[in-house]
Parts: sequence; structure tokens; C-alpha cells
Amino acid sequence: METVEYNYAIVRSFITWSILWGLVAVLVGVLISFQLVNPDLNFAPYLTYGRLRPLHTNAAIFGWGIGSFFALFYYMVQRLCRRPLWSDGLARFQLWFFNATIIAAAVTLLLGFNTSKEYHELEWPIDIMVVVLWVAFSVNIIMTIVKRREEQMYISLWYMLAALVGVAILYLVNAAEVPVTLFKSYSAYAGTNDANVQWWFGHNAVAMVLTAPPLAVFYYFLPKSTGVPIFSHRLSIVAFWSLIFMYLWTGAHHLLWTPVPDWVQTLAMAFSIMLIAPSWGSVFNGYLSMNGQWHQMRENYLVKFLILGITFYGLQTLQGPLQAIRSFSAFIHYTEWVPGHVHMGAMGWVSLVLFAAIYYLAPRIYGRELYSIPLANLHFWLALIGQLIYSISMWIAGLQQAGMWHALNSDGSLTYTFMETLVEMYPYWWIRGIGGVIYLAGLAVFIYNLIKTAQGGKQPALQAAPVA
Amino acid sequence: MSTPSFEKNPILLLVLATLAIAVGTIITMVLPFAWVNSEADRIASVTPYTALEQAGRDVYIREGCNNCHSQTVRPLVADVLRYGDYSKSGEFVFDRPHLWGSRRAGPDLARLGGKYPDAWHYQHMAAPTAMIPASNMPAYPFLSDRPLKPATIAKSMDVLGFPYTQAEIDALGSKNEMDAMVAYLQKLGTGIDWRQATAVEIVGDLRNPFPQAATAIAAGETLYAQNCAACHGSRLEGGIGPELDGSNYDDEILFELIYAGISDNGMPAFATLGSEKVWQLVNFIRYGTP
Repeated sequence: METVEYNYAIVRSFITWSILWGLVAVLVGVLISFQLVNPDLNFAPYLTYGRLRPLHTNAAIFGWGIGSFFALFYYMVQRLCRRPLWSDGLARFQLWFFNATIIAAAVTLLLGFNTSKEYHELEWPIDIMVVVLWVAFSVNIIMTIVKRREEQMYISLWYMLAALVGVAILYLVNAAEVPVTLFKSYSAYAGTNDANVQWWFGHNAVAMVLTAPPLAVFYYFLPKSTGVPIFSHRLSIVAFWSLIFMYLWTGAHHLLWTPVPDWVQTLAMAFSIMLIAPSWGSVFNGYLSMNGQWHQMRENYLVKFLILGITFYGLQTLQGPLQAIRSFSAFIHYTEWVPGHVHMGAMGWVSLVLFAAIYYLAPRIYGRELYSIPLANLHFWLALIGQLIYSISMWIAGLQQAGMWHALNSDGSLTYTFMETLVEMYPYWWIRGIGGVIYLAGLAVFIYNLIKTAQGGKQPALQAAPVA
Repeated sequence: MSTPSFEKNPILLLVLATLAIAVGTIITMVLPFAWVNSEADRIASVTPYTALEQAGRDVYIREGCNNCHSQTVRPLVADVLRYGDYSKSGEFVFDRPHLWGSRRAGPDLARLGGKYPDAWHYQHMAAPTAMIPASNMPAYPFLSDRPLKPATIAKSMDVLGFPYTQAEIDALGSKNEMDAMVAYLQKLGTGIDWRQATAVEIVGDLRNPFPQAATAIAAGETLYAQNCAACHGSRLEGGIGPELDGSNYDDEILFELIYAGISDNGMPAFATLGSEKVWQLVNFIRYGTP
């Protein structure tokens, strides 16, 4: 049988760095969650909530999320194409440039250089670095696929390709800005237009960074972990095309009741409801792939991470469309409910799937068996409990906050002042912070387990794996 | 089943994916440019930012204020009662970028301009808890120590295409970032004359529902500490606002002053407290012993 020399070194390096940036994201997240209950934890000018919150989201989405996708895409693309990477040198360059970009992002955000656009805060010189990074990555992935030795492209490759082109379009259009100085620019768009472009970007960054790539990972690593194929290829096709078609219409559900034209809001609301179908297409495909295999939830820790991950994806894609309905949005938008929603996606769906994929790869990239499966199980429970405490406390907080904001006296005047509603949040913010600390503890267990594995776990029992 | 050809042709898949992405993008993101910020949207009274206000806006962005404060009032009863008239598209035509935000960890600021006197903002920015005891907002005293950079601000004004005079730029030399921030906050939402249009009108007879009641006076004392003491002094001795002597007013007049505010001298409307709490305040100020 023909053997292929895969480049696992680059996969290992990206994983190391993405975990480091993930740790930064969670540490900063815990700090800012406590800043909300105790303003004395703001250390002006560099370490205030307003400057740290973009660092938290950027480190999480770009450092941990995209860093891991770089690693996992480079692993999957080689295996699925039965050939090494198109260019090892380019991938190496990309690794260093990735870290340079994340460091530049962190430093400039703390210095206060930001565009104010959510999830696109980086100023124009760093925007350019991001574009270079994405081009290097895209060329390498696309060329590896073009020169593949397996005719059929597996589902994961479709999601990867869609993400490559989707992120490119979103990022470039939303980045249109006019520089004034090296670290200051003004958006090319004004007011309502700027808001509509921004949330077209913002919501589809969720599609192209936090949905398509983790689905690519899920569709690859679930069958690899269970040993049985995905339930329905046809369902995969329908879910894929309808997902990437429908997502782009929904950005304005972040702008319900604002001056954005009503018909744009209505389209966003309608397509958000329709998105339940393709989202749940993948959820069902995952669940039905477990037919006859549910016992693996008990026996195989990887399956536990993956199935809980896709379950949170399913819940996320029901809760999201609910929030996109005008009447419900009027109630919960701007409240603490929304961070609860976002973190179910980030800490539940995306991160659980990434953890599973990294555990699966550990023996392959370190050449050792995983140091401890009980510790991996402990990590699972800490991550699950931490995330549930976070999200549930924020949902309750958001409902109470919304109820108080909208409460009226019998004479039609407001029942509560803003400050009366704010002080009610303090207990929930404490509980949320504790949830974050538990999640952080899980992350520490994860990192410890990987370090012990790399430092000399048992030699792997695996034979040289057959190609693909 | 024969394999669809996109599964064997990555370039075809890329092209089809781009087309799928383009449809929703063009309809919901590109097309609205034909309507939004067009002449139909324009409001004549909405003016560009002055150099000082724009400098303040840049500080607002640098400090990430938009992470906690939104800047759009929705056409919902509670939003309008709490913050003021709902936002119109034409009010934002000079906002590059927009600063609508997505969260209200702090209150919405779209209609903040003119609500408080400048002195309130200076003290609040330097030490939020001095004005609002339970506030969790970070303090920004360092803004007062940072002079503005007139040359950079002039460049910004050029990029944005906003009118300014050299005298206006020269005057920035003696201003600091705190001055700019306060000027910006006082500009917010003032492009339309909404305060006149939505002013509270009290109809019918007002009658103190709990005249001189001890419980109302006690409740009023707490409310006074939270909402009034920062400006009128903890013992009603005055500060940013005047000294208060309850015997100068009738119950009904005092209620109106607190509930509706005095829009041209910086006394905010406290209708957001609801009528019952305003009556409690009236009873404390008139009959309590501070």
C-alpha cells in the first residue's frame, strides 16, 4: 500500500498556539466578568472593561477558534486528499504570521486602537495582516485540494471551501475604511448603512467562522471517533447548500427596531426562522449516525464531547431564531440573555467539538497515547458544568432585566430606574464569574493532560494508519 | 446515485458557494444603500460634529464605551419613556462608524445630550460612583490629563468632510480629552428638537397621595441619596444644582419640577422614577429632616 508523509508538525504547532490564545481568552473573560461586579478591578487606561472585552472576543474567535481551524483543516485536508500539504513553507510562514497578528491585535487593542465594530475591532494595518494570513491559508488549502489524490471531496472539504470564500468577502467589505493615521481610520459607510454592513458581517462571521468550520470538524471527527459513517450523504448536501444560502439574509436580526429599513428586518427575521431547517439537518445527521452506537456515549469520551457539542449547536440554532423574532427581540435584546446565548455557542458547541478533535489528534501529533482518559472526562464535566452555569445564569438574569426594563406602573410611568435594574444583576454576574472559573479549571486540566502526553505518555498502540 | 459534480470539482464548488452567498448579500446588504442616507432620510437640523465633539467621539471609541452603552432608542413604550424620542435614520448620517452597540450593561446614550449639565459629566467621568453610588462604570480621571492633538483632529475632519475653521482647531490646543468627551456626550441626540416634542404634560389636578407620611418621607430620603444628592448635596445644601429649601414650593409644583425636569437649565426629568417615587421625594424634600 502506498504511504504518504503527512505534515503533522504544522498541525501540532497550530494546536499549541491556539490553546495558548484560548487560555488568554478565558482568563480575560473571567477578569472582565468580575469587573462588572467590582469596578475597582478596572486598571485604567489599559485594562478597563471597554478595552479588554474586544481582546477577550478577538482572542477567543481568532486566536482559539481560527487557530484551531488552521490546525484541524491542515490535518483533515491532507487526510481527505491523500497527499501532503501543497506548501509546507507557506504553512510555516502562516504559523509565525498568525502569532504576529494575534500579538499585534492584543497590543493595539489594549492601547485603544480599535474601529468599534464588534468582532472587527482591529485597525487597518492589522486588517491587512489578517488578509495576508487568510490568503496564505486559502491558497494552501485550495491547492492541496486541487492536487488531491482522492476524486471525491468529502463533506468537510465543502464546508472548508465555503468558509474560505465567505470569510474573505465578509472581512473585505466590512473593512472598508479611510485611514487618518497609522492606527486610526473612519468607516467608509455612515450611520444606518454602517450598522447594516456591520451586522451583515457580524452575523455571518458566526456562519463562516463559528458554524461552517466546526461543522467541517464535526463531520470528519464524529465518524473517525465512532468508526461508523455519517447517516445520510443526501441530507449533508441539502443542509450544506441551504445553510450557506440562507445565512447571508439574517444579519439585520441584530438590528430589529432600529432605523434600518423594516423590510430588511423582516427578511432577516424570516430567514432566521428558515435557518432552523439546515441547522437541524446537520444535528439530525449527527444523531442518526449514532444509531446502534449510543453505547459509545458511555465508553468513548470523544463521542461525549462531539454529541454534546452538536446538541448545543441544535439548541443554539433554535434559540437564535427565537431571538430573531421582533416581539421576543424587543424583550431580550441588549440584556444579559444575549451573552448567555453567545457563550452556549462558544463554550458549548464550538469549543467542545474542538476539544474532541484535539484529543483525537493527540496520539497522532505527539506520538504517544493520551496521558489520562479520566482527566479528559473530568475536563468534559468541568467544561459542561461551567458553561451551563454561565448560560443559565445569564438567561435568568436577562429575563429579569428585560421584565424590569419594560415594567410600567398603572399610571403608565416606568416602575424601575436603570440603576434599580442594574443592581439586580450583581448576584447573576457573580454566578456567571464562578461558571467561568469552573470552565477555566477544565481548560487547565486539558492543558495539563496534553503536556503530560507530549512529555512521555505511553507509546501508541496504533499501527501506521492506513491512508485516509 | 451519481455523484453531483461539485463534489469532484473544487473550483465549481467555490463558484457556486460564492453565488449562494451573493444573493442574500446583494438583497439585504447592498440594496438598502439605495434608500438609506438618501435625501428622503435627511433631517435639516442634524449637523456634523464640531472638531471638539469629533475628538470626543474618537475618545469614546478608543475607550470602548460602545461595549456597554447602546445609541439607538427603539420605538417601544419603555424605551421612549426611559431614554426619549426613538431614533431616526437621518440622525446618524454623520456617524462614521455608527455606535449603536449591542448591549446595555449601562444605559442607552442616544438622547443623553442636554440631560445633565456639563459639570455633572465632568464629575461622573472622573468618578462615576460620586454621582451614581451603585454604578459599576470604570472611572476615567486620566482624560483630564491628556491634551488634544489639534493637527490630527484637523486631519480627521478633512477625512470626514466636516466643516471647521482654523480658529476652532487652534482653540483645541487648550482643551483636554475630558473636555472633548463631555462636548460629544452633550451633542448626542440633539439633532432634532425632541425634548419639546415629547415633553411631559401633566393633565388634571395633582394631589400629594401621601402628604407628610413618615413612610413616604423615609422612602424619599433613600431615593434622594441615590438620585439627587450628587447635585443638590447630601443635606440639600446645593452643589452642581441649587440648595433646596422645601418650604419654597408647593407639593404640586415640586412634583412637576422633578417629574418633568427643567430642560433649559440642566435639571433632568425624573419621570423614569415613576410617579409614586417622585411623590416620595416631594415628601422628603418638603417635610423631611435631612
